[in-house]
Amino acid sequence: MFSYCSDPSALDGIAWLSCYLTTGKHMAFYTSFGTVLLLLAITAPVALMFGFAGAMAARGRIAPLRWIGKAYIAIVRGVPDIAFFLFFVIALDQIIEWSRHKILCPDWTGPVRQGNDFVVCDAAKMPLSSSPQWMHETYGFSLAILTFAIVFGAFAANVMFGAMRAVPRAQIETAEAYGLTHRQAFWRILVPQMWVYALPGLSNLWMVLIKATPLLFLLGVEDIVYWARELGGSKTSKFTEYPHQDWRMWYFFALLVFYLMFTKVSEVFLDKLMKRLTRGQATTGGEAQRKAAA
Amino acid sequence: MSCWITIQDYALRSIGIGERLLPKQDFTLCQQFTLIGSGMLWNIYFGVLALAAGFFFATALAMGKHARSAWLRKPSEWFIFLFRGSPLFIQFFFAYFLFLSLKQVAPMFSPFTAAWLGALVVLFCNTAAYSGEIFYGALLSIPKGDIEAADAYGLSGWHRFRRVIWPTMLRLAWPAYTNEAIFLFHATTLVYFSGFPAWRQKGDALYYANYFADKTFNPFIPYPILAGYFILLTLCVVGVFGLVNARLNRHLPQERRVKLRFRPNIIR
Repeated sequence: MFSYCSDPSALDGIAWLSCYLTTGKHMAFYTSFGTVLLLLAITAPVALMFGFAGAMAARGRIAPLRWIGKAYIAIVRGVPDIAFFLFFVIALDQIIEWSRHKILCPDWTGPVRQGNDFVVCDAAKMPLSSSPQWMHETYGFSLAILTFAIVFGAFAANVMFGAMRAVPRAQIETAEAYGLTHRQAFWRILVPQMWVYALPGLSNLWMVLIKATPLLFLLGVEDIVYWARELGGSKTSKFTEYPHQDWRMWYFFALLVFYLMFTKVSEVFLDKLMKRLTRGQATTGGEAQRKAAA
Repeated sequence: MSCWITIQDYALRSIGIGERLLPKQDFTLCQQFTLIGSGMLWNIYFGVLALAAGFFFATALAMGKHARSAWLRKPSEWFIFLFRGSPLFIQFFFAYFLFLSLKQVAPMFSPFTAAWLGALVVLFCNTAAYSGEIFYGALLSIPKGDIEAADAYGLSGWHRFRRVIWPTMLRLAWPAYTNEAIFLFHATTLVYFSGFPAWRQKGDALYYANYFADKTFNPFIPYPILAGYFILLTLCVVGVFGLVNARLNRHLPQERRVKLRFRPNIIR
């Protein structure tokens, strides 16, 4: 990157390090931090939506819908989530390919599962085998996002279901006394008030989501863990201009520090948000704020 | 091949007893059940040992964080922050490569590069940090009257801790600690996906489930089997911890007892 980097073997100390840390591969490594942030930025709202829908379904008045909601919340408890990650990535992929297979190749008669193979017609491949590399990467990443959203949506549904029940019953009764319909009471009274009850659980979930991002590596995305392993491994001068020992320990140390800082910043920010949301609420926290101000 | 022979061959495969080669083709349900069950031995091994050892360390950490002296408080706070603030997955990787480098310097570290010890150390520290925070929270919510009563009886130092503070702390922390235990068992599935090699294909339940899913390209059989095993394990943990909870609460009137509520903390 710098002009003096043309002959790395002649450099040493800080100059060597500055060249080493700005190679093309390191740039890819830094970009992969962006991948993690992108995953968080997309997954958090989608999971929140899944969670909201799940919680709504779980407290719905139609029995089958309620069962679906409750099952969705219950299913991810008791089973290690990493198993879900590994499961959903293949399962979603196969479900998508299988449905495309059914639609696009109706005259295909052979079974889809042949021994240990999963065979669909060429037109049903997702993405098509002729499509460029970036399509494959994007598809893999979207599957990862969907997997994260499904799993974390269930956790969020659990939190929000609890929060909806925590809103004082008297609030809904008052709404009904004013003649609001069930739907109006839900959207105008329950939903605005539930967030303060949901926030402790949701902020816990956010921390958990941050700490789950390295699992992207297991889903086959080239994320920070992938690059840390790739770049850290010992290199000889035959393959690279920057030979070094096994430095994976230091790369993972850097990741450790990155995550510690990230969780710390989130914690401070969420504390501020909690303070803001409790203002004027009929909870112990809100009461304490009122007394402190008076 | 009947199922009984499969069980003889593979029931202890994960600890190296029985058939050397894993099944390569024509996977039967029996094989999947047996091998994944065999892998559960490792999950139970990691979970039980890390919990048992971590319990005492967690108590020490909670007392340390509660201490007035900064020399005790700061290290405990930092330890808890370090292990609770970073992903377990990264901790595993870092520890593995740390042990690899230490092995170059001192050969005594070579057993640490194997999962049975290295991963156990990480899980031990991790669960100690999480439980330490739970115990610390419980320590803060011990009723003031209990400690005043202990003082009035002339208890101090070790006696006050052993007779009053510790039992009350455990009683208050127990429901959260149960969740932590469940959650730790789930976390043990990460071990063989995080650098630690599964030597001679001796892995845990998820390792074998993943093996079958890769070979058959069919995730719909091995993962539900794994899920079934884990639900059973979770029920066992809840049962055992429920007994302890009943014992910790035995002096209280029925309605004041702390109920165990199954609310796992999800991932770390």
